Amino acid sequence: MELSLFWTSIYIVILAAFTGYVVISRVPVILHTPLMSGSNFIHGIVLIGAMVALGLATTPGQQIIGFIAVVLGAANVTGGYVITERILQMFDSSRKKPGKGD
Amino acid sequence: MVDLSFLIDPVYIVTIIIFIIGLQRMSHPLTARSGIVWAGAAMLIATLVTFLTPELTNFALIAIAIVIGGGLGYIAAKRVAMTDMPQMVAIYNGMGGGAAAGIAAVHLLGTTTPATSTLAVIGGLIGAVSFSGSMIAFMKLQGWMRPRPITFPGQQVVNMAVLGLAALSGILLLWQPAFLPLSFSTYLPLFFILSLAFGILMTLPIGGADMPVVISMYNAFTGLAVGLDGFSFATPNYAMVIAGIIVGAAGTLLTVLMARAMNRSIANILFGAFGATEETTAEIQGSIKSIEAEDVAAMLAYANSVVIVPGYGMAVAQAQQKVKELMDQLESRNVTVKFAIHPVAGRMPGHMNVLLAEAGISYDHLFDRDEINQEFPGTDVVLVIGANDVVNPAAHREGSPLFGMPILDVEQARNVIVLKRGQGRGFSGIENDLFYRDNTRMLYGDAKETLGELVQAVKRL
Repeated sequence: MELSLFWTSIYIVILAAFTGYVVISRVPVILHTPLMSGSNFIHGIVLIGAMVALGLATTPGQQIIGFIAVVLGAANVTGGYVITERILQMFDSSRKKPGKGD
Repeated sequence: MVDLSFLIDPVYIVTIIIFIIGLQRMSHPLTARSGIVWAGAAMLIATLVTFLTPELTNFALIAIAIVIGGGLGYIAAKRVAMTDMPQMVAIYNGMGGGAAAGIAAVHLLGTTTPATSTLAVIGGLIGAVSFSGSMIAFMKLQGWMRPRPITFPGQQVVNMAVLGLAALSGILLLWQPAFLPLSFSTYLPLFFILSLAFGILMTLPIGGADMPVVISMYNAFTGLAVGLDGFSFATPNYAMVIAGIIVGAAGTLLTVLMARAMNRSIANILFGAFGATEETTAEIQGSIKSIEAEDVAAMLAYANSVVIVPGYGMAVAQAQQKVKELMDQLESRNVTVKFAIHPVAGRMPGHMNVLLAEAGISYDHLFDRDEINQEFPGTDVVLVIGANDVVNPAAHREGSPLFGMPILDVEQARNVIVLKRGQGRGFSGIENDLFYRDNTRMLYGDAKETLGELVQAVKRL
């Protein structure tokens, strides 16, 4: 990594960290669990990295580890999505109910 | 084939923007659901466009791995009961950490520059710790391991030594000094084994009650590992970097917020071995008195105001539907029914809200700690359903391990009925003073069955 790329990386990391902080800084307590689950899904982006790692793997050792990484990453994505969706679905249905009585 | 790889970066940029919007929407109750759907769509597109990466081979292997991992993840997440959600978050988070560690390992086995391999080592260490730590958290919550803290003398020293050795083997792996007889093929497995061991050791002394905070912390760890791993590619994968670092920062903040809701510091949670010390019961005055369902039904039916305090026991017994039935019965008799929701009731913040919402109990019945605490002195009957530590008045007594934890002051109500499966202690393992109070009666049994009896008994009155 050249020096200019190093500093660019620092800028990116700082801005990303600040974004993550700001986005959830005023979240109500009841959304802590769904948000934890949601951010658990977001880091499932590791899947695309695992795909590239496996896709560029040349030795059998790399292929085996890469394969495991893709399996784990894909499970993180689908599992994280379904769990979050199921949790948030309950918030959804409960909102409609008081509305019906109005 | 036409080279479409120019699409990758624009799509990744859009993905990141949608992730941020998705997280933003997930942090407001009204838009929360659409947030995850947006993020899901972005993830799908990002995955598809990754297949266009130049020089990518092993397509079949990638596709098979996605089908296996994605399929298993999907089926397990669909089938699991709502009560088991906390440990499912833990296990999927661990898998993300494992994937990050795997990427680091693949890169370290290939050609690297000093900068990319250093970041791969750091990302690999954090990812591996998150993987094994999350698995222990999962096993504790799933009941495959005893949830109580596991401690031994000199634990912190041993843990720090293992972390130090993991870091040392990581440094040797990068450096490979000529004066040592060992080679790369020794350092690499040694590094990952020590990292995994540290994750296990770090999680063992943490009790079940603190697990949500710990899972949130490992969630932040995985985010950080993914972010650092993004730099370990020959061309940095900025989608991974940005999404990972965002989760790392958001997860850290969330961990702090959750710890604060329990009035605990992160250091206290990690190193306090909370609930490991046994308190003597001798100082508790009074005795435990039990009561029959029929008597409770009469108390409830002729009360003016009833406050229900749900806890993890309600979740385990899947009793939320019966709670709703009881509420309907009581309301038809003009009894005011309110729910007191402690921020950390159950095993995760918001756990009770989700379960009660599932049963069709609307938000306007739910009150948080600050709102309801002043109402307890004027409440006729408090019905505690499988909650324990969050109603333990020991939190007001100096010297108790619970001291300072914000609790629901149910002992101030005229009558307190505690529905409990057996005589065991709460998640913290601390004896509950409340059960010994003069105005407290215990109604033993499975919460769902007991509530069913209560509903029938109220109907008969």
